[in-house]
Amino acid sequence: MSEALIQVFESWGIAKVPEQIAYLSDFGELAFSVWETVYAPALATLFAYVIGLPLGIILVIGETGGVRPMPKVLMRILNTIVNLLRSVPFLILMVMVVPLSRLILGTSVGTAATVVPLTVAAAPYVARLVEISLREMDRGVVEAAQSMGCSPWQIVTKVMLPECRPSLINGATNAAITILGYGAMAGAIGGGGLGAVALMRGHGRNQVIVMYVAVIILVILVQIIQSIGTAWSVKSDRRINPTETKRRT
Amino acid sequence: MSESIIQIQHLSKTFGDGTEAVHALEDINLDILQGEIFGIIGLSGAGKSTLVRCMNLLERPTSGTVVVDGQNMTELSEKALRLARRKITMIFQSFNLLMQRTCLKNVCFPMEISGVPAAQARRRAAELLEIVGLRDKADAYPAQLSGGQKQRVAIARALATDPKVLLCDEATSALDPTTTASILDLLKDLNQKLGVTVVVITHQMSVIEDICTRVAILDGGVVAEQGDVQEIFSNPSTDAARRLVYPGGVTPAQYPASTHVIRISFNGGTAYDPLIASLAIDCGVKVNILGADTRNVGGKAIGTMLLGLPEDPNESAKALSYIRAQKNITVEEVPDYHE
Repeated sequence: MSEALIQVFESWGIAKVPEQIAYLSDFGELAFSVWETVYAPALATLFAYVIGLPLGIILVIGETGGVRPMPKVLMRILNTIVNLLRSVPFLILMVMVVPLSRLILGTSVGTAATVVPLTVAAAPYVARLVEISLREMDRGVVEAAQSMGCSPWQIVTKVMLPECRPSLINGATNAAITILGYGAMAGAIGGGGLGAVALMRGHGRNQVIVMYVAVIILVILVQIIQSIGTAWSVKSDRRINPTETKRRT
Repeated sequence: MSESIIQIQHLSKTFGDGTEAVHALEDINLDILQGEIFGIIGLSGAGKSTLVRCMNLLERPTSGTVVVDGQNMTELSEKALRLARRKITMIFQSFNLLMQRTCLKNVCFPMEISGVPAAQARRRAAELLEIVGLRDKADAYPAQLSGGQKQRVAIARALATDPKVLLCDEATSALDPTTTASILDLLKDLNQKLGVTVVVITHQMSVIEDICTRVAILDGGVVAEQGDVQEIFSNPSTDAARRLVYPGGVTPAQYPASTHVIRISFNGGTAYDPLIASLAIDCGVKVNILGADTRNVGGKAIGTMLLGLPEDPNESAKALSYIRAQKNITVEEVPDYHE
């Protein structure tokens, strides 16, 4: 069967077909690339939220007229940092944080090392996504909570975050997909994964079929993340899906 | 004489400063008594919402004092203020329920905040939902409710901390007339049964008429008039009050500029058809009815009428003295009618 396939591809004028089919047939190697593609961005997304979620909350509640106004200077500094980090193209940022990766992980190459630049790039992005979600919050509901004697901390944890949950989930889906894309880019500077495969083999060694397969797998991964995210967001939104939950008694 | 529960003295609120300053409220003095239903009425922009937010310090007054249940709210620390707010709760025009929580959990919310054990809070919340007539909606989400039902849940939630005062900020303005009536009935009922003082902020006259005992009319950031609802409605003495009591008015352009216009108010008891008729029969004077309005305030018929007197000064004087001689009628000249 692969003989026939090779003939078809060769008839299209594609070079090095047997070599490419051989590579793609090695399931273990491909699966490992997929794993690398997923785990580094997944870790980075997690860390990005550890930093970006509180930061996004502060950007909303700390402004003048917010739930817990903070010094204007602090707010300006935070906003500037977020904007600066967001305006540096990811490829350049990756090179810039090499010393940081060395400091934290002792190395700046390999898939694990890409977690550092991915986190640095994604945290401010996540902060903005969180900010956008929380700004959708109905001012009146926050006011109602204040009128009941809620502290700023209670407003954040019991009102803003739960009420914005569907939107926050959508944001996280968005973040995960963007970070997955960045992760593929990290293949350029020694990270592993499908991005590296597409780049090194597809572009570097002219293995067009391998490149397409890598890209198709990436597309499928994005589709899966998006579908799960959207479904979760909709399912958790009691405004559009007010299924009565069974009360524990 | 009941004691006052909210005392507002020389309260002013200014937004912004310098040339951009907006004086939302100026030198407000109000005394709201324990157990009454007090209305604050005014047109949009009169400062009603700001005033009610000054009562629970959601807005900090620029100057003046707000004393609620013996506590000077303006002097409290943030923490003490949060505790004080449990005794002066609020409902809103847009209900402001937590959309991701069931009704029961919404009612539990204030108790959760104040540290009431969960099981106890759930029991109390169920009771409160029973009181507002929504026992069966405990597990429903706000998105599944009608406007009136949402406001009932909001009321139950506002009662969860056993408040002494319930502030209602345009609580019925988003509801249809039938639903409005049922919500007002509920508020009246709660006021009588629980003794909770209710402060109603509205731009709807009918709301004040239906449930309030006393009213303050807010106009351009100042209290134009305050007092008994019946008194103020039967005899509004300021322009602001008249605009609210008789919003329809009449269009002055239709009548000759020389018409001598008076306003007569019926303070209950007198029907006015016979007055105009007897005026014509007894004095032979024909008056022009420029506008009339009647309402039912607290079970008494209250009305007002704008009359254009004849151009002839003798006839005009005759009519005036005839009307002045009637019981239960107040007469007032309207010199600026044509302006």
